[in-house]
Amino acid sequence: MHYLSATLSLSLFWIVLSGHFSPLLLSVGAVSVALVVWLLWRMDSTDRQPNTLHPSLGLFAYLGWLLWEVVKANIDLAKRILHPSLPIEPTWTRLDVGLSTKLGKTLYANSITLTPGTLTTDVDEGHFMIHALSREGIESLRAGEMEEQIRKLGL
Amino acid sequence: MSLLVELLSGALLLVGGVLCVTGGIGLVRLPDFFSRVHASGLTETLAAPLLLCGLMLRMDWSLDLLKVLLILAFILATNPTASHSMAKAALHGGRRPLIADDADAAGENASSKS
Repeated sequence: MHYLSATLSLSLFWIVLSGHFSPLLLSVGAVSVALVVWLLWRMDSTDRQPNTLHPSLGLFAYLGWLLWEVVKANIDLAKRILHPSLPIEPTWTRLDVGLSTKLGKTLYANSITLTPGTLTTDVDEGHFMIHALSREGIESLRAGEMEEQIRKLGL
Repeated sequence: MSLLVELLSGALLLVGGVLCVTGGIGLVRLPDFFSRVHASGLTETLAAPLLLCGLMLRMDWSLDLLKVLLILAFILATNPTASHSMAKAALHGGRRPLIADDADAAGENASSKS
């Protein structure tokens, strides 16, 4: 079933990007879509638990919250970079993570990395390794607000 | 195009440009590979979206507008993947992050562990 939706969305994506309807370009598009769906099928036979994040109101609320966090972190980072004394304290440390699902951990690790100033370098059972540019960065992750937001999504 | 939209777009482009330069300054000023990844995050997660939003305000309603929106979505979706794989590759290559002198015990344990 998800091959069908993948085929449809990829075809739509191709048409949006190309905007041409000549037989040549349409057939090139069909070949590309077939190739991607074949790769998807190959990956599914390796990883037997395909995970998809279904769009929901909560997810969009989370993305909005995350974008605002990203903006705040960027302003903080820009200040640090432009400050004459370069006030950074790089740390590389472990962060305990209570999320148990693969999807939740993936979303959390990627959200951390997307936020400038914190970077997930490793994902292990029960904890992540985080490189942070400032002590405040790692402290705010330890405070756990982002993890709580993801938990609220039911992940 | 109304003057207001013109001004807003100009402001977005200006701030985006300044932040791009800031990211560049960060690449030069920051001390090691891992901290520089954060500086590249600055240009990707804030400067590029501001520039693209500034451009979108100057465009007519067309398919191109949707394309720019897609570029934005893909930049935001691929940034963590790229940053993470760069950092992981650097760790595999034996590079260790430079850490501040007063690093806490957890950080010390971690660096000796892996």
